Amino acid sequence: MITEALILSAILFVVGTFGVLVRRNAIIMFLCIELQLNAVNLAFVALSRLVGIDGQVFVFFVMTVAAAEAAVGLAIIISIFRHYESVDVNNFNLLKW
Amino acid sequence: MVDILFYVFAAVAIGSAFGVVLARTPVGSLLFMVSTLASVAATYVLLEAHFLAAIQIIVYAGAIMVLFLFVIMLLNLGHEYRRDLKAPLAMIPAFAVVGAMAGFIARVFRATDVGAGMMTEAGRGIDAALLEHGAVGAIAQPLFTDYIVHFEVTGILLLVAIVGALALAKRSV
Repeated sequence: MITEALILSAILFVVGTFGVLVRRNAIIMFLCIELQLNAVNLAFVALSRLVGIDGQVFVFFVMTVAAAEAAVGLAIIISIFRHYESVDVNNFNLLKW
Repeated sequence: MVDILFYVFAAVAIGSAFGVVLARTPVGSLLFMVSTLASVAATYVLLEAHFLAAIQIIVYAGAIMVLFLFVIMLLNLGHEYRRDLKAPLAMIPAFAVVGAMAGFIARVFRATDVGAGMMTEAGRGIDAALLEHGAVGAIAQPLFTDYIVHFEVTGILLLVAIVGALALAKRSV
Protein backbone atom coordinates (compact mmCIF):
# COMPACT_ATOMS: atom_id res chain seq x y z
CA MET A 1 0.00 0.00 0.00
CA ILE A 2 2.99 2.35 0.52
CA THR A 3 3.88 2.24 -3.18
CA GLU A 4 0.25 2.90 -4.16
CA ALA A 5 0.09 5.85 -1.74
CA LEU A 6 3.27 7.30 -3.28
CA ILE A 7 1.80 6.92 -6.78
CA LEU A 8 -1.42 8.64 -5.60
CA SER A 9 0.71 11.43 -4.15
CA ALA A 10 2.60 11.83 -7.45
CA ILE A 11 -0.67 11.96 -9.44
CA LEU A 12 -2.15 14.58 -7.07
CA PHE A 13 1.03 16.67 -7.31
CA VAL A 14 1.00 16.62 -11.13
CA VAL A 15 -2.72 17.50 -11.23
CA GLY A 16 -2.03 20.40 -8.83
CA THR A 17 0.83 21.65 -11.01
CA PHE A 18 -1.45 21.45 -14.06
CA GLY A 19 -4.06 23.55 -12.25
CA VAL A 20 -1.51 26.22 -11.29
CA LEU A 21 -0.29 26.46 -14.88
CA VAL A 22 -3.69 26.41 -16.60
CA ARG A 23 -6.09 28.53 -14.53
CA ARG A 24 -6.14 32.33 -14.44
CA ASN A 25 -8.16 32.87 -11.24
CA ALA A 26 -5.63 33.62 -8.49
CA ILE A 27 -7.71 31.92 -5.78
CA ILE A 28 -8.00 28.67 -7.78
CA MET A 29 -4.25 28.74 -8.50
CA PHE A 30 -3.79 29.07 -4.75
CA LEU A 31 -6.12 26.10 -4.14
CA CYS A 32 -4.05 24.04 -6.56
CA ILE A 33 -0.90 24.94 -4.60
CA GLU A 34 -2.68 23.60 -1.50
CA LEU A 35 -3.35 20.43 -3.51
CA GLN A 36 0.39 20.12 -4.18
CA LEU A 37 1.17 20.62 -0.47
CA ASN A 38 -1.32 17.86 0.30
CA ALA A 39 0.29 15.50 -2.20
CA VAL A 40 3.65 16.04 -0.50
CA ASN A 41 2.03 15.42 2.90
CA LEU A 42 0.67 12.12 1.62
CA ALA A 43 4.16 11.10 0.47
CA PHE A 44 5.55 12.00 3.92
CA VAL A 45 2.89 9.91 5.69
CA ALA A 46 3.42 6.94 3.36
CA LEU A 47 7.21 7.03 3.85
CA SER A 48 6.83 7.40 7.62
CA ARG A 49 5.68 3.76 7.58
CA LEU A 50 9.18 2.89 6.39
CA VAL A 51 11.52 5.36 8.10
CA GLY A 52 9.84 6.23 11.39
CA ILE A 53 7.44 8.74 12.93
CA ASP A 54 9.54 11.81 11.95
CA GLY A 55 7.69 12.00 8.63
CA GLN A 56 4.41 12.56 10.44
CA VAL A 57 6.00 15.34 12.54
CA PHE A 58 7.07 17.02 9.28
CA VAL A 59 3.48 16.77 8.01
CA PHE A 60 2.39 18.56 11.18
CA PHE A 61 4.82 21.41 10.41
CA VAL A 62 3.79 21.53 6.74
CA MET A 63 0.15 21.93 7.80
CA THR A 64 1.02 24.84 10.13
CA VAL A 65 3.03 26.56 7.42
CA ALA A 66 0.16 25.95 4.95
CA ALA A 67 -2.26 27.66 7.34
CA ALA A 68 0.07 30.68 7.70
CA GLU A 69 0.62 30.77 3.94
CA ALA A 70 -3.13 30.64 3.24
CA ALA A 71 -3.78 33.57 5.59
CA VAL A 72 -1.04 35.78 4.08
CA GLY A 73 -1.76 34.76 0.48
CA LEU A 74 -5.48 35.46 0.78
CA ALA A 75 -4.69 38.83 2.36
CA ILE A 76 -2.50 39.65 -0.66
CA ILE A 77 -5.31 38.55 -3.01
CA ILE A 78 -7.78 40.79 -1.13
CA SER A 79 -5.51 43.83 -1.39
CA ILE A 80 -4.90 43.11 -5.12
CA PHE A 81 -8.67 42.84 -5.64
CA ARG A 82 -9.15 46.24 -3.98
CA HIS A 83 -6.74 47.74 -6.51
CA TYR A 84 -7.77 46.01 -9.77
CA GLU A 85 -11.36 44.85 -8.98
CA SER A 86 -10.38 41.41 -10.30
CA VAL A 87 -8.41 38.29 -9.29
CA ASP A 88 -7.46 37.38 -12.87
CA VAL A 89 -3.67 36.97 -12.96
CA ASN A 90 -3.52 38.40 -16.50
CA ASN A 91 -4.32 41.81 -15.01
CA PHE A 92 -1.39 41.81 -12.58
CA ASN A 93 1.48 42.97 -14.76
CA LEU A 94 3.37 45.26 -12.40
CA LEU A 95 6.22 42.76 -11.91
CA LYS A 96 6.28 41.51 -15.52
CA TRP A 97 9.19 42.45 -17.72
CA MET B 1 -10.64 -5.04 2.44
CA VAL B 2 -8.16 -2.30 3.36
CA ASP B 3 -6.74 -2.38 -0.16
CA ILE B 4 -10.20 -2.03 -1.73
CA LEU B 5 -10.96 0.93 0.57
CA PHE B 6 -7.63 2.50 -0.37
CA TYR B 7 -8.38 2.24 -4.09
CA VAL B 8 -11.89 3.70 -3.59
CA PHE B 9 -10.54 6.71 -1.69
CA ALA B 10 -7.66 7.12 -4.15
CA ALA B 11 -10.15 7.21 -7.05
CA VAL B 12 -12.28 9.80 -5.23
CA ALA B 13 -9.16 11.88 -4.46
CA ILE B 14 -7.94 11.87 -8.09
CA GLY B 15 -11.42 12.55 -9.48
CA SER B 16 -11.97 15.49 -7.13
CA ALA B 17 -8.45 16.79 -7.87
CA PHE B 18 -9.44 17.00 -11.53
CA GLY B 19 -12.66 18.64 -10.34
CA VAL B 20 -10.63 21.34 -8.56
CA VAL B 21 -8.77 22.13 -11.78
CA LEU B 22 -11.75 21.97 -14.14
CA ALA B 23 -14.72 23.28 -12.11
CA ARG B 24 -16.46 26.31 -13.60
CA THR B 25 -17.02 28.34 -10.42
CA PRO B 26 -14.52 29.04 -7.62
CA VAL B 27 -17.00 27.65 -5.07
CA GLY B 28 -17.26 24.41 -7.08
CA SER B 29 -13.45 24.14 -7.11
CA LEU B 30 -13.41 24.66 -3.39
CA LEU B 31 -16.01 21.95 -2.68
CA PHE B 32 -14.07 19.50 -4.86
CA MET B 33 -10.97 20.44 -2.84
CA VAL B 34 -12.79 19.60 0.41
CA SER B 35 -13.69 16.20 -1.08
CA THR B 36 -10.03 15.61 -2.04
CA LEU B 37 -8.87 16.57 1.46
CA ALA B 38 -11.41 14.21 3.05
CA SER B 39 -10.33 11.25 0.89
CA VAL B 40 -6.65 11.97 1.54
CA ALA B 41 -7.53 12.00 5.26
CA ALA B 42 -9.13 8.58 4.77
CA THR B 43 -5.90 7.28 3.21
CA TYR B 44 -4.04 8.68 6.24
CA VAL B 45 -6.28 6.51 8.43
CA LEU B 46 -5.49 3.48 6.25
CA LEU B 47 -1.76 4.31 6.66
CA GLU B 48 -2.29 4.34 10.47
CA ALA B 49 -1.71 8.10 10.87
CA HIS B 50 -4.92 8.73 12.81
CA PHE B 51 -3.86 12.00 14.46
CA LEU B 52 -2.91 13.54 11.11
CA ALA B 53 -6.21 12.39 9.60
CA ALA B 54 -8.07 14.25 12.36
CA ILE B 55 -5.87 17.35 11.90
CA GLN B 56 -6.39 17.19 8.13
CA ILE B 57 -10.17 17.30 8.58
CA ILE B 58 -10.19 19.90 11.38
CA VAL B 59 -7.48 22.29 10.18
CA TYR B 60 -7.45 21.84 6.39
CA ALA B 61 -11.04 21.01 5.48
CA GLY B 62 -12.40 22.94 8.46
CA ALA B 63 -10.34 26.08 8.93
CA ILE B 64 -8.30 26.75 5.77
CA MET B 65 -11.07 25.89 3.31
CA VAL B 66 -13.55 28.07 5.24
CA LEU B 67 -11.00 30.90 4.97
CA PHE B 68 -10.89 30.40 1.19
CA LEU B 69 -14.70 30.28 1.01
CA PHE B 70 -14.89 33.44 3.10
CA VAL B 71 -12.58 35.28 0.70
CA ILE B 72 -14.51 34.02 -2.37
CA MET B 73 -17.73 35.28 -0.82
CA LEU B 74 -16.11 38.56 0.31
CA LEU B 75 -14.82 39.30 -3.19
CA ASN B 76 -18.18 38.19 -4.68
CA LEU B 77 -16.58 35.70 -7.10
CA GLY B 78 -19.32 33.08 -6.65
CA HIS B 79 -21.02 33.61 -10.00
CA GLU B 80 -18.46 33.45 -12.79
CA TYR B 81 -19.92 30.75 -15.00
CA ARG B 82 -17.20 30.48 -17.59
CA ARG B 83 -13.99 28.58 -17.02
CA ASP B 84 -11.06 30.98 -16.73
CA LEU B 85 -8.47 28.88 -18.54
CA LYS B 86 -5.36 30.50 -19.96
CA ALA B 87 -5.00 31.30 -23.67
CA PRO B 88 -4.39 28.20 -25.88
CA LEU B 89 -0.80 29.31 -26.59
CA ALA B 90 -0.06 29.41 -22.85
CA MET B 91 -1.44 25.86 -22.50
CA ILE B 92 1.41 24.36 -24.55
CA PRO B 93 4.13 24.99 -21.92
CA ALA B 94 1.68 23.84 -19.23
CA PHE B 95 1.15 20.49 -20.97
CA ALA B 96 4.89 20.23 -21.66
CA VAL B 97 5.81 20.81 -18.00
CA VAL B 98 3.15 18.39 -16.73
CA GLY B 99 4.14 15.72 -19.26
CA ALA B 100 7.83 16.07 -18.34
CA MET B 101 6.98 15.82 -14.61
CA ALA B 102 4.79 12.73 -15.14
CA GLY B 103 7.48 11.07 -17.23
CA PHE B 104 10.18 11.84 -14.66
CA ILE B 105 8.07 10.48 -11.78
CA ALA B 106 7.24 7.32 -13.75
CA ARG B 107 10.97 6.79 -14.38
CA VAL B 108 11.77 7.21 -10.68
CA PHE B 109 9.09 4.66 -9.73
CA ARG B 110 10.40 2.16 -12.29
CA ALA B 111 14.01 2.62 -11.19
CA THR B 112 13.58 2.32 -7.41
CA ASP B 113 11.76 -0.47 -5.66
CA VAL B 114 9.86 1.25 -2.85
CA GLY B 115 8.62 -1.24 -0.32
CA ALA B 116 9.79 -3.69 2.28
CA GLY B 117 13.40 -3.32 1.08
CA MET B 118 13.56 0.27 2.37
CA MET B 119 12.24 -0.63 5.85
CA THR B 120 14.47 0.69 8.66
CA GLU B 121 14.60 0.01 12.38
CA ALA B 122 12.59 3.17 13.16
CA GLY B 123 10.00 2.11 10.59
CA ARG B 124 9.54 -1.22 12.32
CA GLY B 125 9.22 0.57 15.67
CA ILE B 126 6.34 2.80 14.54
CA ASP B 127 3.62 0.28 15.36
CA ALA B 128 5.09 -0.32 18.81
CA ALA B 129 5.20 3.45 19.43
CA LEU B 130 1.56 3.78 18.34
CA LEU B 131 0.56 0.98 20.71
CA GLU B 132 2.56 2.37 23.62
CA HIS B 133 1.76 6.12 23.39
CA GLY B 134 -1.46 6.17 21.33
CA ALA B 135 -2.02 8.07 18.09
CA VAL B 136 -1.40 11.53 19.61
CA GLY B 137 1.37 10.57 22.00
CA ALA B 138 3.44 8.88 19.30
CA ILE B 139 3.72 12.23 17.45
CA ALA B 140 3.86 14.40 20.58
CA GLN B 141 6.89 12.51 21.94
CA PRO B 142 9.33 13.52 19.14
CA LEU B 143 7.54 16.86 18.59
CA PHE B 144 8.25 18.09 22.13
CA THR B 145 11.72 16.55 22.50
CA ASP B 146 13.71 16.33 19.23
CA TYR B 147 11.78 19.03 17.35
CA ILE B 148 11.08 21.51 20.19
CA VAL B 149 13.08 24.34 18.53
CA HIS B 150 11.22 23.87 15.22
CA PHE B 151 7.96 23.85 17.16
CA GLU B 152 8.71 27.20 18.80
CA VAL B 153 9.85 28.71 15.50
CA THR B 154 6.54 27.58 13.97
CA GLY B 155 4.76 29.51 16.72
CA ILE B 156 6.70 32.67 15.81
CA LEU B 157 5.89 32.06 12.12
CA LEU B 158 2.18 31.92 12.91
CA LEU B 159 2.43 35.18 14.88
CA VAL B 160 4.22 36.86 11.96
CA ALA B 161 1.55 35.50 9.59
CA ILE B 162 -1.26 36.97 11.71
CA VAL B 163 0.42 40.40 11.78
CA GLY B 164 1.25 40.22 8.07
CA ALA B 165 -2.25 39.19 7.04
CA LEU B 166 -3.78 42.02 9.08
CA ALA B 167 -1.34 44.59 7.70
CA LEU B 168 -1.93 43.47 4.09
CA ALA B 169 -5.73 43.23 4.22
CA LYS B 170 -6.20 46.49 6.11
CA ARG B 171 -8.08 49.11 4.12
CA SER B 172 -5.68 52.04 4.60
CA VAL B 173 -1.98 51.36 5.08
